[in-house]
Amino acid sequence: MFENFKARAETSGNTEVKRFATTAQALGFIEEFLEKEEVKDETGSYAVWANSPILKEFDNEAMAQKFPGLNFKVTRELAKGAKVGITQLKWGLAETGSMAQDSTDVEQRLASALAWIHVAILPTSKIIADIPALMTKMHPKDDKYITLITGASKTADIERVLAIGVHGPERLVIVCVDDLELEGVAS
Amino acid sequence: MKQDMSASIHKALENQNLAGILDRWNYPATRAKAFEGVDFEALRTSIADIKGEAAGRLDELAETFKKNAEANGIKVFRASSAEAARQYIANLCKEKGVKKIVKSKSMATEEIHLNHFLDEFGIQSDETDLGEWICQLAHQTPSHMVMPALHLTKEEISDLFAEETKQPLDNDIQKLVKVARAAIREKFFEADMGISGANIAIAETGSIVICTNEGNARLVTTLPKVHVALVGLEKLVPNYTDAAPILAALPRNATSQLLTSYASFISAPTLNDDGTMKEVHIVLMDNNRLKMAEDPKFKEALQCIRCAACLNVCPVYRLVTGHVFGDIYTGGIGTILTAWFNELKSAEDIQALCIGCDKCKEICAAKIDIPGLILEIRRRAANKEGLPFIYKSALQVINNRKVFHTMLRTASVLQKPFVKEGFIRHLPMFLSGLSEYRSLPSVAPVPFRDIFKTIKQPKCAEKAAFYAGCALDFVYPDAGVAIVKILNKAGIEVLFPEEQSCCGIPHWGSGSFDMAADAAERNILPLLEGNPEYVVVSCASCTTALKKEWAKILKEQHRESLIPDANRVASKTYMFTELVDKLIKEKRLTPKEGIELHTLTYHDSCHAKRHVGVSKEPRDALSAAGYEIKEMNECDTCCGMGGSYTIKQPEISMQMLKRKLENIEATGAEFVSAECPGCLIQLRGGLDKSGSKVKAIHPAELMVDKFK
Repeated sequence: MFENFKARAETSGNTEVKRFATTAQALGFIEEFLEKEEVKDETGSYAVWANSPILKEFDNEAMAQKFPGLNFKVTRELAKGAKVGITQLKWGLAETGSMAQDSTDVEQRLASALAWIHVAILPTSKIIADIPALMTKMHPKDDKYITLITGASKTADIERVLAIGVHGPERLVIVCVDDLELEGVAS
Repeated sequence: MKQDMSASIHKALENQNLAGILDRWNYPATRAKAFEGVDFEALRTSIADIKGEAAGRLDELAETFKKNAEANGIKVFRASSAEAARQYIANLCKEKGVKKIVKSKSMATEEIHLNHFLDEFGIQSDETDLGEWICQLAHQTPSHMVMPALHLTKEEISDLFAEETKQPLDNDIQKLVKVARAAIREKFFEADMGISGANIAIAETGSIVICTNEGNARLVTTLPKVHVALVGLEKLVPNYTDAAPILAALPRNATSQLLTSYASFISAPTLNDDGTMKEVHIVLMDNNRLKMAEDPKFKEALQCIRCAACLNVCPVYRLVTGHVFGDIYTGGIGTILTAWFNELKSAEDIQALCIGCDKCKEICAAKIDIPGLILEIRRRAANKEGLPFIYKSALQVINNRKVFHTMLRTASVLQKPFVKEGFIRHLPMFLSGLSEYRSLPSVAPVPFRDIFKTIKQPKCAEKAAFYAGCALDFVYPDAGVAIVKILNKAGIEVLFPEEQSCCGIPHWGSGSFDMAADAAERNILPLLEGNPEYVVVSCASCTTALKKEWAKILKEQHRESLIPDANRVASKTYMFTELVDKLIKEKRLTPKEGIELHTLTYHDSCHAKRHVGVSKEPRDALSAAGYEIKEMNECDTCCGMGGSYTIKQPEISMQMLKRKLENIEATGAEFVSAECPGCLIQLRGGLDKSGSKVKAIHPAELMVDKFK
């Protein structure tokens, strides 16, 4: 399932898929990433991290101190000035390389729709087959705003030439974590 | 056709930006890749079933949607007309003090000219979909339903952006997109209201589904405090799970993608980032859709999911763009929607652009018979307004065998001063336009029906009635002679019913179904005389009449008595190459050994490929007879003849021919063949005019001396 997901996601437009056995390794990667992308406390270089189950797994304050410019409270202005937006996704779809987001909380949309780079954390165990399978897991009566995200923001409106990063992220980095939200473990 | 239509066609043909862009995209190949591992027929059948059923109870679904969405906290307004929808939105703007609006792509708002209407109240609406924004800056309507600015080049777009953003810009597309991002981004933050459309409306849950690649709909529905969605009633489906097949087909068919970058299901208002609750209004618009649903024929068009695949494959659309072929909604489906959302009259000029090649029907994600419905518009217009006198007279003449055949015989004598090598040369000046790009064939000195009487055939137990069709009878009689010879070799004796006359396809294609039924009635019984085993036809258009249309048209015209006989004719009817292929495979025809191989490219006539479903058989038969098939690009794309289309739309017809000839030449084959005298007239005339070495020959003539 993961291999199919990765193959499809990586052909959906400026998308990389990483996989880590443990949450600690994934967090290590994210720290390196924030460093490499030179996240700092000035507009255009912020990072915003929307409320996610993974936040319970580490000391948020410590990380915020390490990366001035990293914010765990997502406002429209911070998201507008963000280089990196981090969110956690509910489900992955192998058939299309998509991810399903419960976007009810506006933070999720701001962080994943306005930043230049969207870092999407996905529990590897949550990769399922396709949209019909997803429809048995997520329902509009529970989730008021659901978004399926497939690749980066793109257009071919000028001469059918692909261009990435129109109104949303121009790069999508998917971080699959094996030990996150395992069956039978509370998330 | 009106003069201004001719002028706009002429103007459009001078600018082939869109055709070039579609070529570089290579839609057929990219689309095929997107559908790998997907059963397209099963998928589109499920969409047709879901949406067809929904179209039968739109009013009920609208009420269910309203009830469920309102229970979720959404305000739902049912607008009966465009005016009611515009007024509701304008009033809401007034109530909320809205001055600035950002919009994501919505054809429904284009349909009701919303931007213009709001502008009159001093409200500024900015499009945020890149293509729509470009059209807005250019003060133009979309030329394509999915890719609105496909007709503009990067140079033209760069100029528009430079003027809007007051900075010098180069033509780099990647940079232009970033310029648009920066310019539009501020608008999202400043807007008081976001307006979107919807791709699907789910009655069961009161949800709308919006697909975009750019991500603008997510911002339009997130940043402003009020969200209004304008949704046509035809977007309704009963259940949540009904959205799955639509989401599987829409991106694949529209843009060769597995899924759009973003597909959002919005089912209730959510909190804004300042803690206030968003207001969500959904305007469910009728604007003649309920009336359309009551029409037994046009109800089908409400199944459309707006993928615009019918535009991408249309040989006419690519030449003239949606600015000529369509109004707000463009191309084949756009013609049908224009007839209903505007009025029948406004679609009259547009409908005449459809050549009836059926390419769109084959690819439609909702199984809509688009060419059939356009023909129905033509029929209703002909019923209401009457056909132009000259066409009506011509069709009446064709339907009178004696008069028509006498005219053809007379023409064969009168044309003599102009004829050379089977073409009419040096036409008098006032007619020369007809032969500018294509030589015209001459009428044969002796028609097939006269030659037939002189052919000595062996007596055989098995008989085939040969239906020649007018063109083969009077223009290409040699093909008829070849057909008799080949069938005789297989032990089949050919009958030629003298009373046969025009099959009625010209009448059918002009919307004169009563005259088409007359034609059917005159031919059916003569063809069954002598109880032949087969009815052999070697014209794809005539085959369509015999095999598909006669029984249908008699039923429609309430002339029931001959229907069983029409069905008997249909069951016996074979295209000639189809029968030869069968006879070779049954070892009743044996190809000669040791004959010299020749190369050939095969043109699929629209009627043969898509109406009758014959495309493999002629290739198999010709291969067995010693021809190496070198396939051309777009072998099944229309050559531009289309019966009377070439006379009614000469400029478009000639451009289609030009492309076909280029594709033929590129194969390097010695021959091109097609089992349709109409296509052969077009191809042979075009090849002659361009001085080509390639010969366009009927399959029967190519095979006549190839069997033992």
